[in-house]
Amino acid sequence: MQPPPLPELKQGLETEDSSLDSRYHALDLTISQNRHRQDALIEVLHKAQERFGYLEKEVLTYIARQLKLPLSRVYGVATFYHLFSIHPKCKHTCSICLGTACYTRGGKALLDILTRELHLKAGKRSPHDKVFIRVERCIGNCGVAPAAIYDGHVSRQQTPAQVLEKVKSWLEEP
Amino acid sequence: MDIEGLLQIAKEERDRQKSIRIRCCTSGGCQASGSLEVRDRLEAAIQTEGLTDTAEVVSVGCMGFCGRGPLVAIDSARVLYEKVEPHQADSIVSGLKGGHVAATVGDLEHPFFKQQLRIVLEHIGQIDPTRIESYIAVGGYRQLYRTLHEMTPQQVIDEVTRSGLRGRGGAGYPTGLKWATVAKMQDRRRNQPQNQTQQKYVICNADEGDPGAFMDRSILESDPHRVLEGMAIAAYAVGANHGYVYVRAEYPPAIEHIRLAIQQAKQHGILGSQIFESTFDFKIDVRVGAGAYVCGEETALIASIEGGRGIPHPRPPYPAESGLWGAPTLINNVETFANIVPIIRNRGAWYASIGTEKSKGTKVFSLAGNIANTGLVEVPMGIPLRQIVEDMGGGAASGGKVKAVQTGGPSGGCIPASAFDTPVDYEAMQALGSIIGSGGMVVMDESTNMVDMARFFIQFCMDESCGKCIPCRAGTVQLEHLLTKFVEHKATESDLASLEELCGMVKSMSLCGLGQSAPNPILSTLRHFRDDYIKLITNS
Repeated sequence: MQPPPLPELKQGLETEDSSLDSRYHALDLTISQNRHRQDALIEVLHKAQERFGYLEKEVLTYIARQLKLPLSRVYGVATFYHLFSIHPKCKHTCSICLGTACYTRGGKALLDILTRELHLKAGKRSPHDKVFIRVERCIGNCGVAPAAIYDGHVSRQQTPAQVLEKVKSWLEEP
Repeated sequence: MDIEGLLQIAKEERDRQKSIRIRCCTSGGCQASGSLEVRDRLEAAIQTEGLTDTAEVVSVGCMGFCGRGPLVAIDSARVLYEKVEPHQADSIVSGLKGGHVAATVGDLEHPFFKQQLRIVLEHIGQIDPTRIESYIAVGGYRQLYRTLHEMTPQQVIDEVTRSGLRGRGGAGYPTGLKWATVAKMQDRRRNQPQNQTQQKYVICNADEGDPGAFMDRSILESDPHRVLEGMAIAAYAVGANHGYVYVRAEYPPAIEHIRLAIQQAKQHGILGSQIFESTFDFKIDVRVGAGAYVCGEETALIASIEGGRGIPHPRPPYPAESGLWGAPTLINNVETFANIVPIIRNRGAWYASIGTEKSKGTKVFSLAGNIANTGLVEVPMGIPLRQIVEDMGGGAASGGKVKAVQTGGPSGGCIPASAFDTPVDYEAMQALGSIIGSGGMVVMDESTNMVDMARFFIQFCMDESCGKCIPCRAGTVQLEHLLTKFVEHKATESDLASLEELCGMVKSMSLCGLGQSAPNPILSTLRHFRDDYIKLITNS
């Protein structure tokens, strides 16, 4: 059972202050809510990624120290799971679902057009870190296949032209 | 809380409900089609039409027919609207007063609905998953109450054993037997005082990684309390007092709903200590995955809950003996737990009367891919595959002929259209070289290149291999190389021979289920669609 968060700490979270201190503060809160338990590592990494955007080395070192775990273990876990990133985020993320349903419905074409027209590849970043292209392995919305996820928002029955237009508009942003 | 408290909540909830309930699906698929806006417009329309006293909009979970979302249903009028656009919301509400409705009316007599037998999905799409009262109003938590007050743990296990329920996650291991094994486990760790209560765990595997399967997501999103009740009954039966729900991070609404459900259950004294004023304590924590398919394998999942990399370990010892932190652990998937409440309510013998000799009850299948009617269906075990694909699913979306159905995700295989008269049960599917698996059915039409599909699955397994054992780590890479040669028309006769040999090696030598089943899509396509491979062999 998680202890209730201290009232004054909770306030700090709600102000959405993105300064470095408040981000570490939020991390500390999660760590102490989990009572510094080492098995909460994945929960802590989720929180860190949510607050910092990605898992930079300083953050991983900090977590390792707080949970009294070797850095190698923390780094190992952070790189094992697909959703954790040790590189800074791009401004936008375009995920193409390539689950079986989306694949049979032409999901591959959505990815191919980005490679062909814009020279963007899955798992790679666009120049100037504007767009990151990801491949998802089924997001469970097979009813709307082929699906693309633009910055976390699932869009149904996408055509290659729609994906191209969306990503192009992101690339053209100042 | 006691039984009067539960009945009181149920009564208040029923009294509170308005006579006209407009149900709007807000589950994943419909949300992607814009159902939230439809819901908001419906609510606004009720206000402007002045119907707030008699009508209400209820956000419900998955109604099943995901391919035709957003779905809106009005119970009193027995009508279902499909592909509702936000601008049609006003006319749906004014239609209550007899006006013209601009939205498309769905066919409730369609085989897709008519041929279903809904046990697991009985309340899904009917209740508001974000309100515990909504679940209690349809009889929720009454079986947990009855279990704690009227049944011994052994009686619960006997009932589940009698039902013949088998694990719905893929392997089909008898659930009653698993529960009995965990229940009788004693603390085997050294230096433990005699007669001390053994720490045991119950884990709900909601790491539904099989692409094309989405029933667990729908159940968690649409009826989370049902899963919690099933877990609590299981915990009582095996003697555990701590549970975990391990959910994929790819399912944010499911995570949100299960967390909310746990919080509400705690507030009502249905989870926590001395549940329903009995001596039974049970708490549930949620663990969120981080994108690793292998974590659906039980030992890898346990490693992930322990905060490590999701790497499997050899079995035995099975988790029932030594699982989470070395303690006996019961691990079942979402659909299995969702089956427990009806089994306790209607008795095991009732459940065993449904289905075939060795596969009892019903199974939820998700129909996806190149099929006319995409969505979730629950059917009794043993009905022919043809009935699911052609009658309920409506055949290929393209209008052409169905070539094959892929079942069981990357661990399963492709079943050709010629074998569609096979009944769906664990043994019959296995005899065809596939598995029921978690219940995903991806339909492929005649334009599908089966070798390319096989390569798609092996690429999936190659990416998802955890790297611990060599047959899986290196074998999947080599299989992918070989299949690429086929796809690029560069393969020779000898490549076909090495492909078959390598499949056998990876299957027999890998450590966990992922590697052992990785060659299945290749083996089953080789068996049923060998010509597709031969055609690609270069003549030079």
